[in-house]
Amino acid sequence: MNGISLRRISALALRYLYLLRSSRVRIIELAYWPTVQMILWGFITQYLAGHSDVLNQAAGLLLSGVLLWDVLFRSQLGLSVVFFEELHARNLAQLLISPLRPIELIIALITISLVRTLLGVGIAVLLAIPFYGFNLFSLGLPLAGFFFNLLVMGWAIGLLVSALVLRYGMGAESIAWAAIFALAPLCGIYYPIATLPSWLQPLSWVLPASYVFEGMRAVLLDHAFRLDYLIDALLLNAAYLGLGIGVFLATVHNARERGSLLQSGE
Amino acid sequence: MTELPIIQTEDLSKHYGSVRAVDGISFHIARSATCALLGGNGAGKTTTIAMLLGLLLPTSGRIRILDAEVPRQIRQVLPRMNFSSPYVDLPQRLTVAENLTVYARLYGVRRIRERLAVLGRDLDIDAFFPRPYGSLSAGQKTRVALAKALLNEPEILLLDEPTASLDPDTADRMRGILTDYQRHSGATLLLASHNMSEVERLCNQVIMLRAGQIVATGAPRELIHRYGRKDMEEVFLDIARGIQSGEVLE
Repeated sequence: MNGISLRRISALALRYLYLLRSSRVRIIELAYWPTVQMILWGFITQYLAGHSDVLNQAAGLLLSGVLLWDVLFRSQLGLSVVFFEELHARNLAQLLISPLRPIELIIALITISLVRTLLGVGIAVLLAIPFYGFNLFSLGLPLAGFFFNLLVMGWAIGLLVSALVLRYGMGAESIAWAAIFALAPLCGIYYPIATLPSWLQPLSWVLPASYVFEGMRAVLLDHAFRLDYLIDALLLNAAYLGLGIGVFLATVHNARERGSLLQSGE
Repeated sequence: MTELPIIQTEDLSKHYGSVRAVDGISFHIARSATCALLGGNGAGKTTTIAMLLGLLLPTSGRIRILDAEVPRQIRQVLPRMNFSSPYVDLPQRLTVAENLTVYARLYGVRRIRERLAVLGRDLDIDAFFPRPYGSLSAGQKTRVALAKALLNEPEILLLDEPTASLDPDTADRMRGILTDYQRHSGATLLLASHNMSEVERLCNQVIMLRAGQIVATGAPRELIHRYGRKDMEEVFLDIARGIQSGEVLE
């Protein structure tokens, strides 16, 4: 009577299989993360194997890369996860029948994303000093430009992801995590864009983060500040943020047409 | 001189493909009226309320609220309205006081502490203020939701099932609070309800919907008389089952 029942275990396993089968996103996700990791570390290995001259600076390059990457990652998640909390709480309709304007919702999400990113990455940056003797602030004034550009790119992606979830429901929530990591191999966080196959490089150069990480390597390896990279990143970010805001507002409008605001979160 | 209606719809429709959720309804509600929107499940009550709130865009027709065209001028009227429904919720991890403070700020309520104290006392929720909203029972949540809906002392209060999930004692007290609020503020109340005794007690106007269309309107007493029934419960059943006034069931 108290024994373990294979029938009950298989019933529950069947329930999880049904759940898995019901979502293509979940099935794709199974292979997604190992593939992204494989691609990312493959390019890192290629770069370091072919450039023994940078090996003595590899620690600084990798730590700068990972900390700046986290600015982009936290900025995007800081926006979209907070928005998802409104959906989970079934609070979005309450907000949208208050005098709050959708654009004010966006600005509030951006503000909290900034706070969360500063808190999250700030602590990691400070801990890197006693732990590894690595000071990200040694990048100097360009760091402010890198930080700002990565923040803005994170907001743009966060708004696009939030719009997707508002349109397709909470089943699309894992896109929030997957979207940013899909870009990781393309951004050249740990290796120059030139390491990528030539057919993939044009795709990389439409991402503001690629200019930031190239600029970071220019400071660390050549002690040069590439203003041209900063300007290109700013221009691309202006376009992407505009797109993110536009798509988010259009999705809210579309949700009002489809009547999905009262069902969000269910 | 006849006072202009505070809520007015003309030939209002909402279609989802071939489904006509609301199909050409026209009605008006006078200032300070308490109006019930009745109908079975899927009759179009929530759809109508969502269109009045600007949460849902009509397919066609016209809505006028407080001299503003909705949804085009919805921003003019949202600060003067509020809404409570079991279909929406508040963040679970925030305390009741935090939730109400956020909404008080969104609605531009002045002297927030005083307003919260009044609502806490009137709705008997002050003991819940430090508790996370998610830890409350369904009935307690309904009272907090009503507090949120009364924060800005709305001129128009839209309520979807205002006493659902409340025990009879608490539901009766809620009805008393709504009646008092309506009397002292002169607010207009529009409520969707399945509780017919509640409708008889609170409302002086009823709009009955079936399959997205208005099938009867009038005061509860008028409808009871017109359908030859003893209460609104029986009138509701007649209308929900498609029986015309004056018809007698075999």
